[in-house]
Amino acid sequence: MLKLPIYLDHNSTTPMDPRVLEAMIPYFTENFGNAASRNHSFGWHAEEAVDYAREQIAQLIGADPKEIIFTSGATEGNNLGIKGVYEMYASKGNHIITCTTEHKAVLDTCKHLEKLGAEVTYLEVQPDGLIDLKALEAAMRPTTILVAIMYANNEIGVIQPVKEISAIAKKHGALYFSDAVQAVGKIPVDVIADGIDIMSFTAHKMYGPKGVGALYVRRKNPRVKVTAQIDGGGHERGMRSGTLNVPGIVGFGKAAEIARLDMAGDTERISKLRDKLENALKVIDETYVNGNPAHRLPHVSNISFKYVEGEGLMMGFNKDIALSSGSACTSASLEPSYVLKALGLGDDLAHSSLRFGLGRYTTEEQIDYTIKAVTDTVLKLREMSPLWEMFKEGIDIDAIQWAHH
Amino acid sequence: MAYSDKVIDHYSNPKNVGTLDKASNTVGTGLVGAPECGDVMRLQIQVDNATGIITDAKFKTFGCGSAIASSSLATEWLKGKSVDEAVKIDNMDLVEELNLPPVKIHCSVLAEDAIKAAINDYRSKNGLEQLVFEERIH
Repeated sequence: MLKLPIYLDHNSTTPMDPRVLEAMIPYFTENFGNAASRNHSFGWHAEEAVDYAREQIAQLIGADPKEIIFTSGATEGNNLGIKGVYEMYASKGNHIITCTTEHKAVLDTCKHLEKLGAEVTYLEVQPDGLIDLKALEAAMRPTTILVAIMYANNEIGVIQPVKEISAIAKKHGALYFSDAVQAVGKIPVDVIADGIDIMSFTAHKMYGPKGVGALYVRRKNPRVKVTAQIDGGGHERGMRSGTLNVPGIVGFGKAAEIARLDMAGDTERISKLRDKLENALKVIDETYVNGNPAHRLPHVSNISFKYVEGEGLMMGFNKDIALSSGSACTSASLEPSYVLKALGLGDDLAHSSLRFGLGRYTTEEQIDYTIKAVTDTVLKLREMSPLWEMFKEGIDIDAIQWAHH
Repeated sequence: MAYSDKVIDHYSNPKNVGTLDKASNTVGTGLVGAPECGDVMRLQIQVDNATGIITDAKFKTFGCGSAIASSSLATEWLKGKSVDEAVKIDNMDLVEELNLPPVKIHCSVLAEDAIKAAINDYRSKNGLEQLVFEERIH
């Protein structure tokens, strides 16, 4: 049975797994205690639940439970991780290396630190979306305190060579921070094997609740500390004050446990559907898959349908199918995706892109429906596209003097 | 952002999609926008040289639903108008008719520009001077 509407925007957020909700419910009403209340059973119950979740989450990423700092989400985690290191290690240096395809929560945090005196190198990515390890090596300085490169990209799904990046950082005495929000729960992430020192991730991208995330902060080899960005009661080993979101944390823990147990099966099923979708859409003339296909999350496909505009394309089926486009027709700047532009794609291809993000509940019927709807709409809009007509007539569109707005 | 019913209707059933013979001196062609900006409109008018009436209008548009709707509606309005009347079509009339939100006003501006460019193309083919339009800030 085909279930509509179809949700293919799982890089944006995921639905909560009913098993997660079930685990959370008692912690709203019966077990509502403050995990920091040390003198009564309500507090003890809450603390016990938090500790259990901490273990579930640590196990997913190969960490020690004490290395998990709860946050409100990955934006906070990125801020705390990067700003916290910058402040804590100020005596060692002020140079940070990141890359141009990072999430805004990383890029804007770095820009903020530049105003405070940080020097930041923004590495370009290669046309396949991966960073150039030689360029990273060359960018390292004696004053480099932090390398901040994401685990997997949110728009194109490419997975960076994390082990190699962490080895370079370590060789030069810098810490390695990774925004792993798209990777944790989707692919095996092991902070020891990957050599990660600090890592942010969040529950709502892995079928958990919104408003709760975690920052992994390594405790040995080396022992890492970050300066708190929120002052208060000294929760979370003094790195993040604020009463813990106990139900959220319980849900996060359950989501992490499910992700760990179901990952292999989910990945196999979802990547097959992704490949089916991608192969069927690639049959359409002048379509381009963005990002390195071999180093990519199993559930993401980013495709440019040249000569049709992404938002116009989505309008053909957005009643039934939810997904995202690299087009930015509604933004005030009219600028398309900076991630796709960083790959060296022309603005026209960036405007023509769709991101398909599959998930745990995506069915084959939904993928079949999507293939047909997208194909039909692309063909229909190309009949309406002056650029397609020019392309068919052999006119070089790049040679035309367009009036830029 | 939800689209208005009129935008959805023009997007789903666009009026006058197609191509007129751009070499003919009774046809005026306006090609405006840029692929980099995510909008390219081509609007064409067929003019009866004796009466100055626009007998046919066609468009092709690369762009979002509002851009497609703006050009579709523009071709409907152009048919049957004289060239002199057509010059007076204002982008705000399109905005009002289609209920375009502020972020989509540029789509209507583009359609107005396409109309004017098509008229000027027709005029130049027929030895008439170019009309000068006020520079607008998009």
